[in-house]
Amino acid sequence: MSGLIFLIPIALLMGLAGLAAFVWAVRAGQFEDPEGDACRILLDTDTPLTDSALAQSKPGSAEP
Amino acid sequence: MTGVALDTAGCPNGLAPPSGSGASDPAPFVRRVGKQDRLSLTVRGAKCGACLSRIECAVAALPGVDTARLNLSSGRLDISWTGDLSAQRIARTVSDLGYGVAPLDTRAGDADRKKEEQSLLLAMGVAGFATANIMLLSVSVWGGHDEMGEATRQVLHAVSGLIALPTLLFSGRPFFRSAWNVLKRRRTNMDVPISLALILAFSVSVAETVRGGEHAYFDAACMLLFFLLIGRFLDARVRRRAYSAARDLAALASRTVTRIRAGGVHESVRAEDIRPGDRILLSPGERAVVDMLIEQGESEVDESLVTGESLPRFYATGMQVMAGSINLSQPLSGRATAASADSLLSDIGRMLEAGEQKRGAYRQIADKAVSLYVPIVHSTALVTFLGWWLAGLGLRESILIAVSTLIITCPCALALAAPVVQVVAAGRLFRGGAYLKSGDALERIAACDHVVFDKTGTLTLGTPRLVSNDMPAKILSDAAQLARASRHPLSRALTMAAGPGPLAANVKERPGLGLEGIVDGVACRLGSAEWTGAGASRHNGATLFFVHGSEAPAELRFEDDIHASAALTIAKLRKLGLGVEIVSGDRSQAVAEVAGTLGIAQWTATASPQDKVRRLEQLQAEGKHVLMVGDGLNDAGALALAHASAAPGGALDVSQSACDAVYSGGLAPLPLLVRTSRKAREVMLQNFGFAAVYNLVAVPIAVLGYATPLVAAIAMSGSSLIVCLNALRHNLASEKPA
Repeated sequence: MSGLIFLIPIALLMGLAGLAAFVWAVRAGQFEDPEGDACRILLDTDTPLTDSALAQSKPGSAEP
Repeated sequence: MTGVALDTAGCPNGLAPPSGSGASDPAPFVRRVGKQDRLSLTVRGAKCGACLSRIECAVAALPGVDTARLNLSSGRLDISWTGDLSAQRIARTVSDLGYGVAPLDTRAGDADRKKEEQSLLLAMGVAGFATANIMLLSVSVWGGHDEMGEATRQVLHAVSGLIALPTLLFSGRPFFRSAWNVLKRRRTNMDVPISLALILAFSVSVAETVRGGEHAYFDAACMLLFFLLIGRFLDARVRRRAYSAARDLAALASRTVTRIRAGGVHESVRAEDIRPGDRILLSPGERAVVDMLIEQGESEVDESLVTGESLPRFYATGMQVMAGSINLSQPLSGRATAASADSLLSDIGRMLEAGEQKRGAYRQIADKAVSLYVPIVHSTALVTFLGWWLAGLGLRESILIAVSTLIITCPCALALAAPVVQVVAAGRLFRGGAYLKSGDALERIAACDHVVFDKTGTLTLGTPRLVSNDMPAKILSDAAQLARASRHPLSRALTMAAGPGPLAANVKERPGLGLEGIVDGVACRLGSAEWTGAGASRHNGATLFFVHGSEAPAELRFEDDIHASAALTIAKLRKLGLGVEIVSGDRSQAVAEVAGTLGIAQWTATASPQDKVRRLEQLQAEGKHVLMVGDGLNDAGALALAHASAAPGGALDVSQSACDAVYSGGLAPLPLLVRTSRKAREVMLQNFGFAAVYNLVAVPIAVLGYATPLVAAIAMSGSSLIVCLNALRHNLASEKPA
């Protein structure tokens, strides 16, 4: 039973760490726009390669 | 630029119709923070990820823009930039993409509600954490029932108590505060038995822990809080959504006006700064925000949103333009005849408030259930205590049994019964093309037995379409060369039919008459019969005449098409047992034609906003529950007064704010709306039934003293799960094709 002296505080600390992360997420506005955030992950913000961008990139690494 | 195709206006997935007219100058709403300028806009019609990327990329591509972030849930676009970019250019960039845009007055924001929602979410998180950890300890206590030493059990109980105390103090606040507030006014609500159960459960458990007793209810108290806060949070979220609809109305009223100062200097000011007598300018394409008397200029004004009349009217010096109308062709200047607070728009705003107050008397099913519930729970617990005590059981044991009764009967399932169904039904409706504006909308729509439609823009598309199919292509393309220069709805319909092409030289617009210009070196005219020298038309709908040089005038006929889905929708609504009626502000001829086509026997034409309200009151007096469907400013009063109301996605902000549900993509979502609402009400009643049955079973067990903490934990989580699953079952079942 003496193990409980360590185990209970460890369990509580881990739980508290999770709670702290949740509090941070709420404060940082992570739950403000669930629909937008769901879409945002699918957005491709890369700009299409233009000729000048292709010229700047290394010839060896570019796809043929 | 973006990878998204820019050839279509509005939502690329067609979830909302394009809108983009009447972007007013948002310059007075720019806030300066350090070197950065900041602006918040409300964007209407943004519905999907493609809209999001399109708007953000287009705005971010403007010179000097640091951040552009659109909140898809609330439609708020926050932009910050440095340098001399004009606010109007930002707004125009968004409206050119086909989205409605209005400056957002951040002073009238919903900061309070946002804070409330956030604090509920935090409270829920804390309660969840505490429940999980105390349950960990409680399970060991229950599991080690026989072997565990008394000292170990006492330590575990003490640790549980140490977790429970701060949780109760933090997460319990919303309930304690609300209970205290109603008790002060000598009334009661659901929070009173909740607070009592929490406090008693905690105190009894502390006493038991000190005494080294077997049962402590710390886990039950925290779990109770957790479940209740889930319900509370969902409810707050639905409410905030409804509130943001009301905020749209404020955004509409916070538009800007161009004021002409002495000396001819034009400046952009907020609408509320306009005083009667100020000289103001109404540019083409702009919507009037205050009523004005024209002193200079003549133009055509689209007042379809004010009166429901589908064709624009000619306005000249000395006439009064109502707030809410859109100027189409020439700049108009004049004097404001009323401050923005006294203008027609605000009158309608007040009609909305009056209607909402009348409707505010509606009591939700959940409230009714609670008012039955509270006295029963309290008296049961009291009788249990007295019964056991008088029967000779000790004071401590009697209190313990009474408290366990109070805990087990606490309305977890009741608190979840309605909000979960609302969230599920709202999600289902959203996928079907309709979204709800208020939490109790479902219950009210479910009760409706009569539908009143507006005509223009609701049953019909609201935009004229060229119907002269047999016309020579040459005439069409020549006429379109003139029409491309005008904003008049008929010109636009003509341009739409002709497709892209060149513009005629020297096109001049004569308000009230038509257009003239030079096509292929020949002077041409496009306009009314008198102006082009043609005889009167025998066509019922709108007509234009085109004259090419000295040739005979050619007639172009237009019709306002009925929505393709209208006939089927009305048949479906009838099948659902609803009566159908049209009340329109348009000419009787136009209304009769539509009513005849759709087979609707009962219709009223040339109805003013007041007439519409009166007709609804009459129907209500007959005991009918009316579902009003309309889009115009002239419908707003009726929308607010009706038992429930719906507006198409293309409707004016004010009408959307006034109604319970907004639908897009034709009329098809309306039967779905009615069906889902009825189903949701049924599931809610089922859930309350479950809660009642649960209590019928659990209360005798508790009263007899068998409700140990383990039984309480199982019963509480079990009943909450059943209620949630029942709501989800409804969702899965209705996913199947009907």
